Amino acid sequence: CTKDLDRMPTNSITSEVTYKDVAGYKSVLAKVYGSYATPGNDGINQSDLAGLDPGQGDFLRLFWNAQELSTEEAHCVWNDPGIPDFHNLNWTSSNVLLAGLYNRSLYQITVANELIRESSDAKVAGRGISGKDAEDIKKYRVEARFLRAFQYWVLLDLFGNPPFVTENDPIGKYIPPQIKRADLFAYIEKELKEIEPEMIGARQNEYGRADKAAVDALLARLYLNAEVYLGAGKGRYADAVTYAKAAIDGGYTLHPTYKNLFLGDNNLNNPEVILSINYDGTKTQNNGGTTFLINAAINADMNPASFGVPNGGWGGNRATKNLPDLFTNVADKRAMFYGDDAEITNVADFKQGKKITKFRNVTTAGAVIPSPRGDGSSVDFPLFRLAEMYLIYAEGVKRGGTTGTEAQALVYLNNLRQRAYGNTSGNISSYDLQYVLDERGRELYWEGFRRTDLIRYDKFTSSTYLWPWKGGVKDGRGVEAYRKIYPIPSTDLTANPSLKQNDGY
Amino acid sequence: QVTVSGKVTDANAGIALPGVSVQIKGTLRGAQTDAEGQYTIQNVTPESILVFSFLGKVSQEITVGANKVINVKLADAARDLSEAVVIGYGTAKKKDLTGSITSISSKDFQPGSIQTPEQLIIGKVAGVSITSNSGQPGVGSTIRIRGGSSLNASNDPLIVIDGVPLSGGTISGAPNPLSLINPNDIESFTVLKDASATAIYGSRASNGVILITTKKGKSGRPTINFNSNVSLSKIARRVQTLSAAEIRQYVDSLGTPAQKALLGTANTDWQDEIYRDAITNDNNLSITGAVKNMPYRVSVGYLNQQGILITDKLQRASGSINLSPRFFDDHLKVNVNLKTAATRAHYANQGAIINAVQFDPTQPVRDSSSPFGGYFEWATTDPATGVVTINPNAPRNPVGLIRMQDNNGKSDRTFGNIEFDYKFHFLPGLRLNVNLGMDATKGWGTTYVPANAGQAVATKGQNNQYLQRMFNRVGEAYLNYVKDIKSIKSNINVTAGYGYYDNKTKIYNFPSYSANKDTIAGSVPKFPYDIPQNTLISYYGRLIYTLNDKYILAASLRTDGSSRFSKNNRWGVFPSAALTWRANRENIFKDAKTLSDLKLRLSYGVTGNQDGIANYSYLPIYSLSSNASLYQIGDQFVTMSAPAAYDANIKWEETATYNAGIDFGFLNDRLRGSVDVYFKKTKNLLNTVPIPVGSNFSNQILTNVGNIENKGIELSLGATPVRTGKMTWDVGFNLTYNDNKITNLTAVTDPSFIGNLTGGITGGTGQTIQIHSVGYNTFSYFVYKQVYDKNGKPIEGVYEDLNKDGVINQKDMYRYKSPFAKVMMGFNTQFSYDKWTISTVLRANLGNYMYNNVASNFAVRRNILNPQNIIANSTKDVFESNFYNNQYQSDYYVQNASFLRMDNLNLSYNAGRIWRDKVNLRVNATCQNVFVVTKYKGLDPEVNGGIDYNLYPRSRTYVLGVNLDF
Repeated sequence: CTKDLDRMPTNSITSEVTYKDVAGYKSVLAKVYGSYATPGNDGINQSDLAGLDPGQGDFLRLFWNAQELSTEEAHCVWNDPGIPDFHNLNWTSSNVLLAGLYNRSLYQITVANELIRESSDAKVAGRGISGKDAEDIKKYRVEARFLRAFQYWVLLDLFGNPPFVTENDPIGKYIPPQIKRADLFAYIEKELKEIEPEMIGARQNEYGRADKAAVDALLARLYLNAEVYLGAGKGRYADAVTYAKAAIDGGYTLHPTYKNLFLGDNNLNNPEVILSINYDGTKTQNNGGTTFLINAAINADMNPASFGVPNGGWGGNRATKNLPDLFTNVADKRAMFYGDDAEITNVADFKQGKKITKFRNVTTAGAVIPSPRGDGSSVDFPLFRLAEMYLIYAEGVKRGGTTGTEAQALVYLNNLRQRAYGNTSGNISSYDLQYVLDERGRELYWEGFRRTDLIRYDKFTSSTYLWPWKGGVKDGRGVEAYRKIYPIPSTDLTANPSLKQNDGY
Repeated sequence: QVTVSGKVTDANAGIALPGVSVQIKGTLRGAQTDAEGQYTIQNVTPESILVFSFLGKVSQEITVGANKVINVKLADAARDLSEAVVIGYGTAKKKDLTGSITSISSKDFQPGSIQTPEQLIIGKVAGVSITSNSGQPGVGSTIRIRGGSSLNASNDPLIVIDGVPLSGGTISGAPNPLSLINPNDIESFTVLKDASATAIYGSRASNGVILITTKKGKSGRPTINFNSNVSLSKIARRVQTLSAAEIRQYVDSLGTPAQKALLGTANTDWQDEIYRDAITNDNNLSITGAVKNMPYRVSVGYLNQQGILITDKLQRASGSINLSPRFFDDHLKVNVNLKTAATRAHYANQGAIINAVQFDPTQPVRDSSSPFGGYFEWATTDPATGVVTINPNAPRNPVGLIRMQDNNGKSDRTFGNIEFDYKFHFLPGLRLNVNLGMDATKGWGTTYVPANAGQAVATKGQNNQYLQRMFNRVGEAYLNYVKDIKSIKSNINVTAGYGYYDNKTKIYNFPSYSANKDTIAGSVPKFPYDIPQNTLISYYGRLIYTLNDKYILAASLRTDGSSRFSKNNRWGVFPSAALTWRANRENIFKDAKTLSDLKLRLSYGVTGNQDGIANYSYLPIYSLSSNASLYQIGDQFVTMSAPAAYDANIKWEETATYNAGIDFGFLNDRLRGSVDVYFKKTKNLLNTVPIPVGSNFSNQILTNVGNIENKGIELSLGATPVRTGKMTWDVGFNLTYNDNKITNLTAVTDPSFIGNLTGGITGGTGQTIQIHSVGYNTFSYFVYKQVYDKNGKPIEGVYEDLNKDGVINQKDMYRYKSPFAKVMMGFNTQFSYDKWTISTVLRANLGNYMYNNVASNFAVRRNILNPQNIIANSTKDVFESNFYNNQYQSDYYVQNASFLRMDNLNLSYNAGRIWRDKVNLRVNATCQNVFVVTKYKGLDPEVNGGIDYNLYPRSRTYVLGVNLDF
C-alpha cells in the first residue's frame, strides 16, 4: 500500500485545474492585481511573503513608507525596526521594510510572469479555450504585462538595479540575473509601448483593471524621470508630455470635489482616477493599504468615527511643518490638517506635528462604511489620476518638452487651482519649475510621489532643502547622494550571488 | 498436594508487600499477596516452583518441597541488572543494553498532584529537559532530549505508548494531547537517547524517543487501589508592578495636567483581582486481577482542577482497560489496551494576565456607569450625544476580559491497541509480534463574549465555535528470532518488521459570529473543512550479537517512506551500530569485589526528522483566497487564486549521533552511575532560507540546507549511603552539559549573511529578538550592546559602536547569549525510616538567558504617561532604567535566568493495615514548586523559547493524598 504515500491536499488545486476555463484565469488575474492590495490570501494575518509582519507586508504601506517617510511630507512616531531609518535617512541593506517592498514588487512580478506563462496562445488553445474567452484571456495577459512593468518601474525608481525575471524563466532552482538601471528603463519602455495598442481603450475596462490610459500614464511618469534614471542630459521630456497628453485625452475629467477623491465610496462616479488599488473593509481586509493611511494618521483623540474607523486610530504618521507651509493661501481646500502644533521637537510624541485628514472611510454623504473590526477602510487608492498627468505635462513643457505648450500647461494648472479654491481667485498666469514641485506637494501629498519628486529636483539628499529631522537632526541636514536609490536588501544579496550592491552601501 | 501460604516482606524496610504476584512456574495459576503481604495457594505439588515477582523488586523462585509456609523477602530491583527494559520493538536486560537508555519506573516518579504524564519524570533523567509551558491546568510541556536538532521542523521527541507512536499535533479543546493520558495508568518511562537506541524508529527519532508503558493486569486475587488527593495552589510569584500610590506619585511628578486628570481614586491590585487560590481534586481507582486465565486491570480516574486564574477549570474523566490473556500453552500472548478520556475545560481569557500588569491601578474594577458590562474601561464620552466610545488602543479591564468571556473546550479521546505475540510452535526462538493501534480524538468548543464587552465592541461580541476530529492508525508487525549458540558462546537476536502509520485530522471551518449569532462579514470560510493527512510506511531490522556474555554488537536499519516528500525523495535510510563491552566480566576484574558493574558503550547512527514539515510542501498547487481577501474587479469581488511557493526536492533532516558511555556500579551497586559523551550532527537541516527573489512565489522557502551540531556530556549518579533494617537513604544526581552551534545555514557560503531572524516579541510590529547565525547557538539573542553611565544605569538609546564605523545602525547588533541552559542538574533524595519517608527533587539550570519582554514593553515612561491618552502601569524596572521610550533591541533586557528550583518536597507515612487488617493505608503531603532561586527579574526564569511575556504563573501547590490498597 505504498500508494497511500501519494496524498493530495483537500482544498487546494493543481495548475491544470486552475486554468481549465476563463473563470480560473480571471481568479489568477485577481491575484496579479490583488498582489498590490492585500498582504496575502487569507485576511490580515497571512502574508505571501516571509520576514515581515503581514500587517506591514502589503505593497501600498511599504511603498508609501519609502516614498513619504523619507521626505518632509510625513514623519512617523513609531520606533518599529526600519521606520526611524526613513526620517533619519540612514537606512542600511538590512532594513526590513525596504526588503519587504523589494520582495513585494518582485512577488507581483513573479505572479504576473506565471499568468503570462500560462496564457500563451498555445497554452490557451491547448486547454480547449477559444472565442471570446480566449480573447478575454489575451487582455488578462497584456494587463499582467502592464502590472509587471509597473512593479519594474517601482524597482527602477527605488532600487535602481534589481534582479530581472520574465515568463521565460523557470520557477524553482534559478538565479535571476541583475539588470542595470538603464537597461531596465529600456525594457519597461519597450514593454509598455508594445502592449499599449493591445490594451482595452481608456475608461472602457472593468473597474480596477488597467486600460490604455494607465499605460500612457506610466510611460509619462517614466519619461518625466528619465534624467534621474539615465543620467544628466538624457531627459525625455517631450515623450513625457506626449504620453501625459495621451492619458489626458483618454476622456478623464477632474473630480469636482477634491476631498471626495479620498473617501470610502471613491469607486463611484469618479471621472478622474485612471487606475486604483481597490480596498474593501470587509472583503479586502488589510492592516496596510488605505486602512493604514487612515488609522496611522489619527489617534483616539481625533474622533476616529469621523474618519469611518470607530475602533481605529493608531497614532503614527503626521507631517513636518514644511508640508502645511506649502499652503500659503487659506482658501486652498486641499489643505486638510488637524492640530495646531506644526513643530516636532520630540520625535516620539504624536501630539506634535500636523495630522493629515485626507483619507477618510466615509461616504460622500458622511456615513461610516462598516468593517468587521471597526477600523478597516474601503477607500480605493489612486495609483494614477488625471491631476498627476496635468502636472507632468506642465513640468515636461517647462523642462523643455517641445510636444506641448505653456499655454496648455497653464490651462491644466489652473484647472487644479480652480478646483482647489472653488473659484478662479488662485489662478496663475505664469509658472516656474519650483511652482510645479510645490503644486505637486499641495495636490498629491501623501499619495506616494514625494521622494521621486525631490530627487528629480535634487532636493532629496542635498542640503539645499531641509526639513525638521531630515537626516536625524532637529533642523535637518543633507546626507550622502548615494541615498537617492535604496540598497539591494542583504537577504537577496545572500540568496542571489549574481547581485551587486548599489554604490555607497 | 498441599496448600502453601506465607508472607512477603520488603528485604530492606521489613514491611509487608501487598500485591506481589505468586505464580506456579509454567502455569497460569497463582495468587497475589494481600494488604498484609500474605498469600495462600492451594493444590501445590512439592515439585512446584513458586515465582514471586513485584515491580521494582528482584523476582525469586523457590521450590516448594516439604514446606507449607514460605516467607520471602524481596530486595529492591533497581540494583538488579537482569531487570527488563523496554526498548524499541522488544525488551532487553539492563546488563545487555547497548544504547544510552534511561528507564524510570513508577516508584521513582515525581509525587504529588500530577495531571499530565511527562511531569512524572521532570528532573529525573540526564539529558532530558521538561519545561511546563505555563501554570494553566493540564497544560503541556516542552520536552527536549539532548537539545534541539532542528530549527524549523519539530524538536519534540517521539512518544510511543505501549508500542503505538503518538502523532504529535494539538487537539483543539484540550490543553495538551498528553493530558488525555491519566498519569496514574503509567508503569514506566524509558527514554532512548543515542542513535543505537533510537535509530530503529528511523525518521522520527532525531529528537529522541520516549517509550511509555502502561500498567497491566496481574494474575491472582483481585486487588483494589484507590488514591485521592486534594491540593491547594497559590500564586508563587507575581510580576512586580507599581502600586496605585507609586503610579500617583509618578504621574504627579512627571505628567502633564491632562495626564494627572486621568488618574482615578481607586487602589486596585489587578493581579489580586484575577488570581485566586485554586483547589484541585484527583481520584483514581483501579482493580487488578484475573478472570480465569485472563489478567486484567481496570481503572477510572476523575480530576477536577481549578486554575489560579479566576474561572479557569479543567475536568477530566478517564478510564482504562488492560487485558492480557495467553493461549496455546503461552505461545500466544495477547495484550489489549483501551484508554479513554474526556476533558471539559473552561478556559479563562489569558489576555487578562498581561492586561493586569498594564492596567492603571488607580482605576476601579467596577464602574456603575460603564456600558461595558459595568467594568471600568478607557473610553471617551461625547459631551453632545453622551455616546461612549471605547479607546481601542488602551489595555482592557483584566477582570472584564475574564468575566465577559466564556470559552468552553471539550475533548474526547479513545486510544488503544491490540498486540499479538506468537511464539512459533515448531521454532520456539521465533516470535511474531503484531500490534494494531488507533487514536481517535474529537475536540470542540465555543467561545462566547457578550455584545457589550469591552474586548469585542467592534464585532458586537463573539459566539464562535470550533471542532476538530483526529483519527490516527498504526499497524506494525515484526519477527524476532533469538538463538543461543553455545558452541561458539554466542547469542543472536534478530528482528525484522514493517510499520504503517496514518495521521488524519478533519478540521471544520466556521464563520465568526457576533454574540447574537450574526455572521461577521468576510469571515465565512471558503471551505467547510480541511483534512490534512500524512502517511508513513516503514521497514526495519535489528541484529544483536552477544559473544561470551561480554561483547555485544548491535546494528539496526530502518527505511521510512513519507507522504510529505516527492517520489524522488520519499524514502530515507537510517542505520545504526553499537558496541558494548561488559568489562566487569573480564578476568582482571574477577577479584575486584567492590566493582559490581562496568560497561563501556560505543554507538553511531543516523536518524531522521520530518515532523513540523507541512504535509504537501513539495507539490505545486494553487490556493484560493478567503472571503476576507477578495479583489474588486468591476463590481465583483473575485476570489484570488495564488500559486504557492514549493520546494519539489524537500526531504528528511538527518542527524548523525556519536555516543560513548560508561555504566558502573560499586559495592553491590550501592554507588552506581553512568557517563555519556555525545556528538550530534544534523545535516539537510530544514531551514527557512531566503531564496533569490523572483525565482519562486515567496522570498523564503523551507528547504534542506544547513547544519547544526550538538555536543554534550551526561552524568547520572545514584547512591544508597544508608541501608539498614529500618532506614534507607537514597540519593540521585544527574548533570547534563549541552552546547549547540549552527555550522551552516545557506546553500552558497556567504560570510556576510547575518542569519535568520526569529523570536517575535511584543511591542511595535513584527519585531524579533533572536537570530540563527553560523558559528553561534541557535536562538541567540540579537541585540545592541547597551552603554551604562558611571552609576551603572543604562543610558537610553546609547549603544556601543561595535564595528567602529562611527554610526550606530543594524550593523552594530551582536549575538548575545541564548535561552538554552548550558548545564542542567537534577538532584533527588529519599530518606525512609520505618513508616516514614521524606523525599525531594531539586533542579538547576545554568547559563540560560531570558528576554524580559514585560519590562521592555511596559517599563518606560512613555508607557505610563501613555500617548493613547491613558495612564498605564509598568514593572518596577522603570525606576532602574529610567527609559523614556522603548528600547526593545537593547541587551539590557536579556537577563540571566539561571535558577535552582525545588520542584517537590514530599512526606509520606505508611500506616500499614487498618480496618481490621483489610486495608493498607498510606498518606502523604507534598509541596510542589517549593522555591526558586534566581537572579532573573521577571516572573519566572523558565519560559520556553526564552521570551517572557504573558506567562500564566506557575503556582505553588500543597497536596494531601491518601492511598488505599484492598
